[in-house]
Amino acid sequence: MSGKPRLTYVNGRGRMESIRWLLSAAGVEFEEIFLETREQLLKLCQDGSLLFHQLPLVEIDGMKLVQCRAILSYIAGKYNLYGKDLKERALIDMYVEGISDLMQLILVFPFSPPAAKEENLATIAEKATERYFPVFEKVLKQHGQDFLVGNRFSWADVQLMEAILAVEEKVPSVLSGFPQLQAFKTKMSNMPTIKKFLQPGSPRKPPPDEHYVATVKKIFKLN
Amino acid sequence: MSGKPVLHYANIRGRMEPIRWLLAAAGVEFEERILKTKDDLQKLRTDGFLLFQQVPMVEIDGMKLVQTRAILNYIAGKYNLYGKDLKERALIDMYVEGLADLNELILHHEFKPANEMEKDLANILDKATNRYLPVFEKVLKDHGHDFLVGNKLSKADVHLLENILWLEELKPDVLAKFPLLQSFKARMSNMPNIKKFLQPGSPKKPIVQEKDVPAVLAIFS
Repeated sequence: MSGKPRLTYVNGRGRMESIRWLLSAAGVEFEEIFLETREQLLKLCQDGSLLFHQLPLVEIDGMKLVQCRAILSYIAGKYNLYGKDLKERALIDMYVEGISDLMQLILVFPFSPPAAKEENLATIAEKATERYFPVFEKVLKQHGQDFLVGNRFSWADVQLMEAILAVEEKVPSVLSGFPQLQAFKTKMSNMPTIKKFLQPGSPRKPPPDEHYVATVKKIFKLN
Repeated sequence: MSGKPVLHYANIRGRMEPIRWLLAAAGVEFEERILKTKDDLQKLRTDGFLLFQQVPMVEIDGMKLVQTRAILNYIAGKYNLYGKDLKERALIDMYVEGLADLNELILHHEFKPANEMEKDLANILDKATNRYLPVFEKVLKDHGHDFLVGNKLSKADVHLLENILWLEELKPDVLAKFPLLQSFKARMSNMPNIKKFLQPGSPKKPIVQEKDVPAVLAIFS
């Protein structure tokens, strides 16, 4: 019993990666359990560990938390990454929710049929460059500060950083029209906890590959 | 300038209904600007009022808030419907997120093509009765309190009631196996602010009529 948070998921990014990012950015070490079979998932359902029979599951401070946003909000609140008042929290929530909509496209992309992949990739590029990145470019330009909200590092910065890197993996030149975001990415990369997370051997998971997709489909009984 | 929150959305439940519910439960009067055509939505976009070009949008306390969860969290925080500490907030968030997954299925149901409706409804009822409602029946049973978290009204209770009532509109006996949810529903429905919201003439929206579906879909196309 280490007292560290314990994450239960598949050995890949999926819906747990944002949680790995946030804990790591907060400098919190954690343990991970990786499911490989459907039987393991069913066992967790049966022993009452999963409130809605779904993953991710994070055991933290005596709670078995499920639902990504509940988990992320708790971590953000606990480690002071959620702004200083209700209005800052609203801004952070708004930014995080927008980025989540973009991340959702990336999340489902590996599971799209081969015929749809080209179109889905184009959608990711379009939404990133026309709907989401311009918003944050403008936010940073307008206040001229290093961080998105309240001149202070928050969950919104971590989520944006994750999204930038995830989109760049698919669309390498995506930041070419966004100088503020390029500078933001550099600054974030140099923050000690994030720098450590971006190094080999960290809990950061690689991009989804065929093995990951097959494992997820098997465990969660998808098409 | 009334100082009241202003809600911008179509004349449907959709993604705005949980917000209407929460404001009403908090006893907060609000105004609504109803989008009737795609041009109405486009105007909000070109005016720069929609951060991610999407509604719902709620003008409140000098902010133009978008993203349903951001709006709900702000209202819950402001009106003390978010628990007393981080752990209660985590429980409330967990319950609300589960209910949001169910709500996502339900809110799309009224826009499904006719030939998909029966199968869609069966899926909704299966998830409701096997995954979601049992959780909340058990929560209420385990602690024996009137409310889901911390013995106090929170956004989790409001969202549960909203979903229960909508499910009942789709299948009147959906709560047959859930006695505690039945008494929860009765108690909650009698709370003054909620009772008022459940009366005719309130901002609560009806299930959309089939004839109105095309016009609504056109706004968001």
